[in-house]
Amino acid sequence: MTVFTAFLSGLVFGLGLLLAGMSDPAKVLGFLDLAGAWDPSLALVMGGAIAVGLPAFALAARRRVSFIGAAMALPTARQVDRPLLLGGALFGVGWGIAGICPGPALVLAGMGERAGLLFAAAMLVGMVLFEAWVRWRQRGVGRASPVAA
Amino acid sequence: MTIAWTAFTPITALAGGALIGIASAMFVLLNGRVAGISGIVGGLLRPLPGDIAWRVAFVAGLLLAPAAWGLLAAVPAAHIAATPLALVAAGLLVGVGTRLGSGCTSGHGVCGLSRLSPRSLAATLAFMAAGFATVFVARHLLGA
Repeated sequence: MTVFTAFLSGLVFGLGLLLAGMSDPAKVLGFLDLAGAWDPSLALVMGGAIAVGLPAFALAARRRVSFIGAAMALPTARQVDRPLLLGGALFGVGWGIAGICPGPALVLAGMGERAGLLFAAAMLVGMVLFEAWVRWRQRGVGRASPVAA
Repeated sequence: MTIAWTAFTPITALAGGALIGIASAMFVLLNGRVAGISGIVGGLLRPLPGDIAWRVAFVAGLLLAPAAWGLLAAVPAAHIAATPLALVAAGLLVGVGTRLGSGCTSGHGVCGLSRLSPRSLAATLAFMAAGFATVFVARHLLGA
């Protein structure tokens, strides 16, 4: 059941990205270009998503199991640390170069866009490299992993 | 600052955002998890038993969204101006950055802010600031 609901969630998420215009990198870059002709649309995408998300996550926070009996597995990390900020900054630079973040990368790949497939492949390589780096660090004695969760 | 009124699409932006919110709400209320794309994909690279099928299913839903859209209407065009080299560099940065920073636009930006998480607010400010700065440098200083 959780596999089906995950599929449905991913599908609706992808349709939302397409409707919102987030699957068009030119539109995303239009939002990130504050000094040019600024397209504020994506601020409304975030606003619309959070308006629905706020009550849902407030409800979820009070539950021990989900409505179909799955264990609640919400993030528990609270600390603002250096990996969080450095990772966010690196991600933001990549986002600013291409206008593509992970969700739209997969939607673009699903569209069969060559550029989207290339970006998604590079993104996966980046994730694999990060995993390899974490494992390499974990071999070092007494050195903690930088990954919070 | 000048606003590009002709490019501004408030109705579809709000409606698309609401759909993204509905998907995130479904996922947390049914699967008990945060709909963070980079985390869902990244978890496949260090798979735990029983933790693979739902991740694959979520990714499949995203990949099939354009096909589902295409059953009803023409899929919105994507305009990608970046060179292949820039796409590879950007993809690598997004892959490493989202894993190091434990999330992306969906996990931190949508779900984290909806959860009122200070960590996600900090991450969102970091990637937004870096995104604005990068486009400013690329378009207005380097003239790309």
